[in-house]
Amino acid sequence: MSQAIEQVASSAGIGDIAAKVFEGTRLSKEDGVRLYQADVHAVGALANWVREKKHGDLTYFNVNQHINYTNVCNKLCRFCAFQRLPGQEGAYVMKPEEVAEKIEAQLHEPVTEVHMVAGIYPKLPYEYYLDILRAVKEKRPAIHIKAFTMIELMQIARRAKKPLAEVLPELIEAGLGSCPGGGAEVFSDRVRDLGYDKKNTGQEWLDTARTVHEAGLRSNCTMLHGHIETIEERVDHHDRLRTLQDQTGGFQTYIPLSFHPANTEWSHLPGPTAMDELREIAVSRLLLDNIDHIKAYWIMLSIPVAQMALSFGSDDVDGTVVEEKIYHEAGATTPQEVKRGELVQWIRDAGRIPVERDTLYNVIWSADEALAKVGAAAPVASV
Amino acid sequence: MIDMNESGAGAALGRAESPQRFDTPSGRRPQDWQAPLAFAAAGDRDVDRIARLVEEGERITAADALVLHERADLLTLGRLADLVRSRKHPSGIATYIVDRNINPTNVCLTDCGFCAFYRSPGDVEAYVLSRDEIYGKVEELSQLNGRQVLMQGGHHPRVLSDWWGQLISDLRERFPQVNSHALSAPEIDHFSQYEKRPVEDVIRDLKDAGLGSVPGAGAEMLVERVRKIIAPKKTTTDRWLDVHRKIHEAGLRSSATMMFGHVETAAERVEHLLRVRELQDETGGFTAFISWTCQPDGVPEEQDYPEKATPAVYLRVQALSRIFLDNVENIQTSYVTQGMKMGQMSLRFGANDFGGTMIEENVVSAAGCFNLESVQKVEHLIETAGFTPRQRNSWYGIVDERADSPAFPANREEAEVKS
Repeated sequence: MSQAIEQVASSAGIGDIAAKVFEGTRLSKEDGVRLYQADVHAVGALANWVREKKHGDLTYFNVNQHINYTNVCNKLCRFCAFQRLPGQEGAYVMKPEEVAEKIEAQLHEPVTEVHMVAGIYPKLPYEYYLDILRAVKEKRPAIHIKAFTMIELMQIARRAKKPLAEVLPELIEAGLGSCPGGGAEVFSDRVRDLGYDKKNTGQEWLDTARTVHEAGLRSNCTMLHGHIETIEERVDHHDRLRTLQDQTGGFQTYIPLSFHPANTEWSHLPGPTAMDELREIAVSRLLLDNIDHIKAYWIMLSIPVAQMALSFGSDDVDGTVVEEKIYHEAGATTPQEVKRGELVQWIRDAGRIPVERDTLYNVIWSADEALAKVGAAAPVASV
Repeated sequence: MIDMNESGAGAALGRAESPQRFDTPSGRRPQDWQAPLAFAAAGDRDVDRIARLVEEGERITAADALVLHERADLLTLGRLADLVRSRKHPSGIATYIVDRNINPTNVCLTDCGFCAFYRSPGDVEAYVLSRDEIYGKVEELSQLNGRQVLMQGGHHPRVLSDWWGQLISDLRERFPQVNSHALSAPEIDHFSQYEKRPVEDVIRDLKDAGLGSVPGAGAEMLVERVRKIIAPKKTTTDRWLDVHRKIHEAGLRSSATMMFGHVETAAERVEHLLRVRELQDETGGFTAFISWTCQPDGVPEEQDYPEKATPAVYLRVQALSRIFLDNVENIQTSYVTQGMKMGQMSLRFGANDFGGTMIEENVVSAAGCFNLESVQKVEHLIETAGFTPRQRNSWYGIVDERADSPAFPANREEAEVKS
């Protein structure tokens, strides 16, 4: 198998990179830049080799519910179609009771995770964040709460008037189970200054993630690609992620997020195409050698791209999602809920074994029990 | 008393009194076919042997094609299809055509259960477009520098070859730069039967009127077992092929198509490809092959059809068609049914043509699938897939103002296969 890939890689001019991949040598930043420029079939075949070495045919999904508790935000990021200013038409903040109602409305569904992220609304008191966590747990004690991106955590600590390291145990006590990877955007200061200068810096994001991992929580990581960033800036982003991962081991999954231009201040940009998305999946699989999972977030990619991504490096598709708002405000047209049977079918049609997981990648169900156990036996190293 | 629900014909077709609901978007039964597991199936010696044949430029047998269909992983299929595509089209050009679909009538007698477009004669929604309506549509196309009008109707009992010949000839006079890429083998066969004259005569008259090329529509699956289930009143497999043979003999080019993902087996998909390849060996008259998946949502006999085949299955079959049809020059992607994202990816899985910009499309959109996009978007997708976008005519001659040389073939005469 690797012989055929070697051949494809050599004719694409990345034979030396293939050799490194096969012997498990870490790729350099220069290698990363070349991977963004080499033939996508060759890069895909290499990434697929790594994906199959780590996970075989196993492809993970979960059943989760999204709650975006407020769309009020003062960060004014140019790529965002979701944010509203306080008092602006369409602005909302959910009361803890409303969050509880959202959870209650899905009690009949086999939801194992709630993904809770939102805007930065400075007026929300520290207690609010504890209250919404408690509200969720009260309604559904078994659910895993994956909540608060790094910038939300920074805001929560600011409102709590104490260091995040002291706040995190209180959030965990209230029900927080892990943290999502959003809001990393592109770490480059150049891009930040042009696109989201009111947001935390890349270094602050990484420092916060370190604190989260040190508190014993796992988190995911992301990059918002396909707007004004350069290839070098993408590779630098990956490099900073894997450096932190070497130190903490706390990242479970990397999720490349595609910039969707509709209804944003950057609507004149074309946004990434399907081929760009496949390449981003493949390159990240190859560069992020110490992160276990690469997610093809289907609700953003569309089903055709997510299916193909399963042969270009990714082993996870997110899940059957209830109520996604952020991407749909930016023009995503994917169905908001997909039936479990449909999800299982399209993973299987892509030549993979669907495995339902919980947030921490424990196997809940698989089409193939014996193979599912292989997946269960390969958990991430503990933090 | 015979219990029809147990073993009757109705049960065989999946027509139960109260159909079972499945966990699919439509509630209809899932597809029967199962893809091979990519990693578990890796290292298959037969697949490796066939891959080497393809790499060496050898023709593969139908049996080998079935092995690829059933056992090869998507990346291997994609890599081989991409190799075949790059040998046939080393220039790195991917083409598309500025065209418009017009369906002059929706009246049809064939009652295909997978079609949401047709109406029976006398139906309140039955129509035949007036000349002025058609002229208006072609005028709009002409202003966009359109090169082709793709015209198909149903099998109308009275709108026959005279009517069509007159229409095509009037259009040629008014819009000489727009080619009539029109009708289909089943429609031509329908004229021949209703007019009680040989199909050769019908083709000759239509050609004299100005018909420039013929779409490959109505092929569905070129396998009698399948046709008897999905299109029992339509032209048979042998007849479909024979009409195309006669179209080619008359000096016209046509395309070939396949609609899959309904009741056919994998072996029947390959059989279809084989029938197309055999006729192409004989005549060389097919310009392109286009496949798409059945779009059964909302069609008359919806309950007899399984859930739509997913995009990965489409890509598998498209890649296989590029590998197997070594004598067909062009593979056109079906972004109308698969969406623009798949349209772009398919350019690296065997396709070299994006098809038409279709400023109007009725038949598939009547079945709840709507993907109409601008020239600019198509160009962007082709470019970001690593190809040079160029506009073409109906015979796959490059008519782009950015091209280095004048179009060849520029017209149907230049496109004629010389034996």
